[in-house]
Amino acid sequence: MSVVTNTTTIGAIEAPSRRNTELMLLVFAVAISVFAYANVGLAMNGSLPSGMLGYGTGLILLAGVGHLVVRKFAAYADPLLLPLATLLNGLGLAFIWRLDQSPRLIQRAKYLFGAYSPDAPKQLLYSALGVALFVAVLVFLKDHRILQRYTYISMVVALVLLIMPMFFPAVNGAKIWIKVGSFTIQPGEFAKIIIAIFFSGYLMVKRDALALASRRFMGIYLPRGRDLGPILVIWALSILILVFETDLGTSLLFFGLFVIMLYVATERTSWIVFGLLMSAAGAVGVATFEPHVQDRVTAWLDPFACYTTDKSGACEQIANAVMSFGAGGTLGTGLGQGNSDLIGFAANADFILSTVGEELGLAGMMAILLMYGLIIERGVRTALAARDPFGKLLAIGLSGAFAIQVFVVAGGVMGLIPLTGMTMPFMAYGGSSVLANWALIGILIRISDTARRPAPSPAPSADAEMTQVVRP
Amino acid sequence: MNKPLRRIALFCGLLVLALLVRSNWLQYVKADSLNAKSENRRVGIERYSHERGNIIVDGKAITGSAVTKGSDFKYKTTWQDGAMWSPITGYASQAFGASQIESINDDILTGNSDSLFFDRTLSMFTGDKKKGGNVVTTLNADAQKAAFNGLKGKKGAVVALDPKTGKILALSSSPSYDPSVFAGNSTKDSDNRQVLLKDKDKPMLNRALRETYPPGSTFKVVTAAAALENGLYKGIDEATNSPDPYPLPDSTKPLNNEGTIPCKNATLKVALQWSCNTVFGKISNDLGNKEMIAEAEKFGFNSEIFTPVRADASVYPEDNRPQNAMAGIGQASNRATPLQMAMVASAVANDGKLMKPYMVDQLTAPNLDVVSKTKPEKMSEPLSAANAQNLQAMMENVVTNGTGKSAQMGNGITVGGKTGTAQHGLNNSEKPYAWFISYAKVNGSSPVAVAVVVEDASANRDDISGGGFAAPIAKAVMQAVINSKN
Repeated sequence: MSVVTNTTTIGAIEAPSRRNTELMLLVFAVAISVFAYANVGLAMNGSLPSGMLGYGTGLILLAGVGHLVVRKFAAYADPLLLPLATLLNGLGLAFIWRLDQSPRLIQRAKYLFGAYSPDAPKQLLYSALGVALFVAVLVFLKDHRILQRYTYISMVVALVLLIMPMFFPAVNGAKIWIKVGSFTIQPGEFAKIIIAIFFSGYLMVKRDALALASRRFMGIYLPRGRDLGPILVIWALSILILVFETDLGTSLLFFGLFVIMLYVATERTSWIVFGLLMSAAGAVGVATFEPHVQDRVTAWLDPFACYTTDKSGACEQIANAVMSFGAGGTLGTGLGQGNSDLIGFAANADFILSTVGEELGLAGMMAILLMYGLIIERGVRTALAARDPFGKLLAIGLSGAFAIQVFVVAGGVMGLIPLTGMTMPFMAYGGSSVLANWALIGILIRISDTARRPAPSPAPSADAEMTQVVRP
Repeated sequence: MNKPLRRIALFCGLLVLALLVRSNWLQYVKADSLNAKSENRRVGIERYSHERGNIIVDGKAITGSAVTKGSDFKYKTTWQDGAMWSPITGYASQAFGASQIESINDDILTGNSDSLFFDRTLSMFTGDKKKGGNVVTTLNADAQKAAFNGLKGKKGAVVALDPKTGKILALSSSPSYDPSVFAGNSTKDSDNRQVLLKDKDKPMLNRALRETYPPGSTFKVVTAAAALENGLYKGIDEATNSPDPYPLPDSTKPLNNEGTIPCKNATLKVALQWSCNTVFGKISNDLGNKEMIAEAEKFGFNSEIFTPVRADASVYPEDNRPQNAMAGIGQASNRATPLQMAMVASAVANDGKLMKPYMVDQLTAPNLDVVSKTKPEKMSEPLSAANAQNLQAMMENVVTNGTGKSAQMGNGITVGGKTGTAQHGLNNSEKPYAWFISYAKVNGSSPVAVAVVVEDASANRDDISGGGFAAPIAKAVMQAVINSKN
């Protein structure tokens, strides 16, 4: 594919900016979130929550700042991404605040840590920091292609981020945290963006070699050994992460990300086949000797087994999550009126979807899942619209990572696949996750802005004059 | 590069679709089975999140609800005079489930019954909090109190019935327990229950319904009914042609009477008055095992009775001749629950018709609308009206002139009764059970029939007799019923 052919599905020329659409959607997103907050207060305490004003103002400020920055610095950006992220973040805040009110969780925290502090204010702070990062991305990253320059630096940074948690103690069985004093970050969340940048840069350069220099064997194209090298390295790396950090989610995410980007770059189906075979082999291999992973697989196979044969807590948590979805039924119990806090540990983080499922029911779950689906598909659309291969690769990498993360977390909580310790983007409590995902949306918006920006009128060129045959 | 991009878009779409399908599967298809899981704590949380309905006696609730602290389960059941009422209500505990009425009528009490559907739908619109319905019992609070106080400090049971309807008026078991002490789900509740379970006096055993005793001489009423029904004698004043002592058939052992009483060749009436073993042993043998079983079964023996709380089956067994003769005087393998013997007395008092005993009169919605009402039901007719009246004459004679004098009430109230002192243990080694069954008649109709059994091991052996121990309790219960009717 050559760079100049216009294959975008969005009309790149004279596209309306859609900024007012975005503004309307943002108003809607903020209104829904504030309504949810009021709803929780009314259901749990019978009165409008006292912090409602501050919460509403905070959310309006965040959305407003985001919108103004997009209007100024990325006028042609996709109009759906920001409102969707705002709505998910706002609803997430309402759910976290709802779980903060749970007497069961307060009691549990007091029993375990001796003290209890609500998470919602912290999450609001993280959201503000996230939006600040989003603003910084849009202000300082004038063109996403600048990132191309940092291909190998990105690789080094990503590796450092991934390996660091090994030197810190495990939290609840998984080594995915860096802890300095009271300050903790989950580097995996940031690594996924940085590694997408590295892959995009690397593949843009190497894709022809990977795609063309191959032998045909049994109907599929086998790449040459030296081109196969990188995928083997990444595969080995993800397995290593899995083994040393017992983090199934992150390794699955990186591996999936790499396979998707390779496939898009080379247009060779054989990479997908390889990818699936290798990840299956790796996963089975690790599952046979890693007890933490084994526990989760057993818990996934039969979540209710631990009630009869006393096993790890992972099982009971999955059983509880599945039951909370069942308790929600079609329409849910109503905000603040469910018992999803029975899940206890990580109820407002990894398991926040259980609360959605129980209190908003199937209807709410479908709405939330479709919202995630929309973000993903708008990301893929951005990739389609992008005019440069680096932008295409980066956009598909980021949306692919987002998609895999949503699937792995939601699937894990709903018992569709074994549970892995990742967070639901935007909704779950956690600073790293909120910050990284706002940055991710920022980059996507930057790419979509570049893609949809009307092409500058071609500069007069003597060369062009010579070859031009027809001129209206 | 766009073709793979479109495929990736499709792949991501499939991932989201898989999540949507899973969500539908869990929340629509599997929701009911997940909610029915015993591991699901929500079931309990919902169940105890609102006040449970009450059990009502004489228009007053004997149960209530209290808020529990520090638990997911908001309300627990409380009892007023728990020890007095627990033989009827059973228990309802957050941790240990429920028994008896609390368990049988659980869906009404929790408000989950289908018959409360309309009520629930209505309160959904009015915004009322969900509440449980009530169980209105047939019991008479005064009679129950009399029975409970009468048994105080003794082991035993009392059952009082309304012979015309089969309503249970009193049902007491002693020693008893207070279900309030383990209604919650704390460690203390658990400990309290353990203490009760380990108590060698078995306070949680419902002696009125779930313990069978040898009925002793009170069973002679059934034997007499069998004799009359089968026309063994022309009347209650005909000589029975019986020796004293009576040689047990197929055995070298004679059957003796207690003390020196005029039993040789006595009439039925005199035999019952003095409680002659020889006469009734002979009748049982003359009629044979088959006939005796048939008559006993008409009175309700050999089958469980549901009031709706289950009562153990009383037993009149198939047996050889000497054992059958012994069973005819309420010994050997003959076993009866106190409820069964109250039914015997009530059938006689009700001119031969045995009404099915019941203790739940009505089930009502939280707003006191009647959801269902129990209709009195005839269970069988163990003896004809004429024979029943003959037997009444015999039992009234027992109270006026015989062993049951201590149950006399005066004031124009006629009392018919029969005492019993049932031997038990190997070779009669243990202290016997004192029995008394009776009925009272006011203006020719009987409002109450009672059975009392006292198994008091602490009394002196010589003091134990139906007339001395059990009759005063029966008298107090009957008096309470009659007084409350006026």
